[in-house]
Amino acid sequence: MDSSISTEKPDVAIAPHAAHAHEEDHAGNSMFGFIIFLLSESVIFLSFFAGYILVKTTTPNWLPPGVSGLEVSKPAINTVVLVASSFVAYFAERALKKENLLVFRLLWLLTMAMGAYFLVGQAIEWSELEFGFSDGVFGGLFYLLTGFHGLHVLTGILLMGIMLFKSFVPNNYAGGHTGVDATSLFWHFVDVIWIILFILIYIWQ
Amino acid sequence: MTNVPVEGIAIPEVAHPEPQNNWRKYFSFSTDHKVIGIQYLVTSFVFFLIGGLLSMVIRAELITPQADLIDRTLYNSMFTMHGTIMIFLWIFPSLVGLANYLVPLMIGARDMAFPRLNAAAFWMVPVFGILLMTSYFLPAGTAQAGWWSYPPVSTQNPTDSVITGEFVWILAVAISGVSSIMGAVNFVTTIVRMRAPGMTFFRMPVYVWTVFSAQIIQLAALPALTAGAIMLLFDVAAGTAFFNPDKGGNPVLFQHFFWFYSHPAVYVMVLPIFGVFSEIFPVYSRKPLFGYRVVAVSSLLITTVSVLVWVHHMYASGTPGWMRMLFMATTMLVAVPTGIKVFAWVATIWKGKLRLNTPMLFCLGALIMFVFAGITGVMLASVPIDIHVNNTYFVVGHFHYIVYGTITMGMFAAIYHWFPKMTGRMYYEGLGKLHFALAFIGVNLNFFPMHPLGLQGMLRRVSSYEPEYAFWNVVASIGAFLLGMSTIPFILNMVGAWVQGKPAPDNPWRAIGLEWLVSSPPPVENFEELPVVVSGPYGYGKSDPLVENAAALKEG
Ligand code: HEM
Ligand SMILES: [Cu+2]
Repeated sequence: MDSSISTEKPDVAIAPHAAHAHEEDHAGNSMFGFIIFLLSESVIFLSFFAGYILVKTTTPNWLPPGVSGLEVSKPAINTVVLVASSFVAYFAERALKKENLLVFRLLWLLTMAMGAYFLVGQAIEWSELEFGFSDGVFGGLFYLLTGFHGLHVLTGILLMGIMLFKSFVPNNYAGGHTGVDATSLFWHFVDVIWIILFILIYIWQ
Repeated sequence: MTNVPVEGIAIPEVAHPEPQNNWRKYFSFSTDHKVIGIQYLVTSFVFFLIGGLLSMVIRAELITPQADLIDRTLYNSMFTMHGTIMIFLWIFPSLVGLANYLVPLMIGARDMAFPRLNAAAFWMVPVFGILLMTSYFLPAGTAQAGWWSYPPVSTQNPTDSVITGEFVWILAVAISGVSSIMGAVNFVTTIVRMRAPGMTFFRMPVYVWTVFSAQIIQLAALPALTAGAIMLLFDVAAGTAFFNPDKGGNPVLFQHFFWFYSHPAVYVMVLPIFGVFSEIFPVYSRKPLFGYRVVAVSSLLITTVSVLVWVHHMYASGTPGWMRMLFMATTMLVAVPTGIKVFAWVATIWKGKLRLNTPMLFCLGALIMFVFAGITGVMLASVPIDIHVNNTYFVVGHFHYIVYGTITMGMFAAIYHWFPKMTGRMYYEGLGKLHFALAFIGVNLNFFPMHPLGLQGMLRRVSSYEPEYAFWNVVASIGAFLLGMSTIPFILNMVGAWVQGKPAPDNPWRAIGLEWLVSSPPPVENFEELPVVVSGPYGYGKSDPLVENAAALKEG
């Protein structure tokens, strides 16, 4: 060892912990981690939106030949259902906080059904469109954005299914409802993304 | 460990038990952040060697002006795989490994916030590494469009199979992205929520600050690349036309996605190395880090500015003049927080009692390289110069001073510095210094000639060139082989010392910081009892009067 340093005394930065080690807040960690994950996911959507805006405003022949635009009324109904389902999810979460499992399960199931309605509506719309995924940038962006969002709706429904299943496991919700809180947060997120998407694609034609 | 080890005037050489080497745990699915950290480091080093061998082939081809060693397709695949491996399989994972090892120890936590997520993120690295390698066995060959993968080059497919090298490349990079996001969520949660009592933000070591800042960049910018990669994948495999100008697509859009991430990504790579500098300079100079708070906060400033400058990579992509000026200005702005850091390190070393051990040598070397790269970076950021040297070897020289000279050398500094902690054994100082000498000479011989070459107009990514470029190319190739040789003493050192090195004390460098309070190597749970932190991380050299008297007496 180098002797020139032995005359120094590093100061003491640490005191030993006299009291008990603090408890780790696992549920809090999970929720925190999930929120920053969602923030990061929103950057993917923002990138798609930015790309959409850039291409739409700079491309002369934006729509594929023979296509005049998108029909708005049916997707609008779909939008209303999806937005409403966010409120239903919120009340489901509240029911769970009040330990009212039955109401929670019913409202949660209703949320899932509304989500499924949205997905089916989108599938029907897709099947009726006269352009495809590889028809120019517009076709690509349309299916990419709605498809990527639809994938999130599907994920949300699956997550809700898991939470519903877990609600039948005895004592499962004694320790907290992080899973349900996170799922419902995810659902609100998917909802907000859809509103932006709807305005961007259907309203701003 | 419940006692505080207070070092007095004389340091008792306590006998240390032979550390146990249970190597099997490094091949298993462990959730211990220390095991995962070393898994990352060793895995990434293996890929560093593979990437290094590819670069030797490239430099061997470039010894002569003619393309005589390998054909052009193979050459393209060589530099593409070299760049990809070095960035995605060496720099990123090795930095994540180091942070995995150190961050929980440094903030007084028992583990990362999500240990299983952590292990899953690590195991994705060998998976996508091997996936990338398999493209050598594809009929269509490996990707050849460089690490940028710009369309339309990357979307060309002369074969009729869908599974092209490019396809595999995008998949591999996508898995690497998923792994990075998982890591980033874990690091940010750990640093925000798992600090020991008393460990306020302004008592965190700068290294933790830099990891925090770098991981925020991952969360904020990496998803843009994901978006671009998804679209590119569809263009390559499903016939969409996002970036295909013939069908109305926009190839420059890809460049925006790519650089919106890949510029900030250079700070994901270099910030933790700034952190390493900030830990090592004070210890080996026996002085507190100059301007600790400013240095800490400047990391977040760099994070913020770094996402506002990406267009400086696109000056020559038809970017309008006003936009070039705007991004030239924001780029120059990065020099401010960076300059603050360089100033603080120099002020820390200034008049310190320097100990020139291997980690310190590597840090000093890396700092010199970084200053040089910063100068060429500012040159590149100014539009007129960049238009001249864009796509030449000047750019290659610039970023290799960073990625080898600064980041890789800084990584070696970190590995030597924390080696005793990680393994419980001392490395061999002589071999370490030999490694440093070879690397420092090799880096400069290899990468300095690229600057004059670039100024003279030699393009990058070519396997043949005009004879007037021959001289500097020979010099660069000699440097490259020297650099390749420099890793031999490193490997000997690491393997030899780990197997039979001298047992290391808990705090061989007399450093301050929570990681040095636990035994070497640390126990599974890190701290028997979590510490309470009562002061900042850099109280070096604040000796009490008694000690100073003793020192004065000794010097007579
Ligand atoms: C701090 C760490 C840095 C790293 C890791 C880094 C890395 C890189 C890399 C990898 C490239 C090449 C990209 C490619 O075309 O393949 C590059 C180019 C460039 N760098 Fe840096 N760099 C760093 C610092 C800087 C700084 C401080 C500046 C300016 C103040 C700068 C300005 C540039 C510019 C303008 C280019 C584009 C040159 C061109 O394509 O013509 N860099 N850098
Ligand atoms: Cu840049």
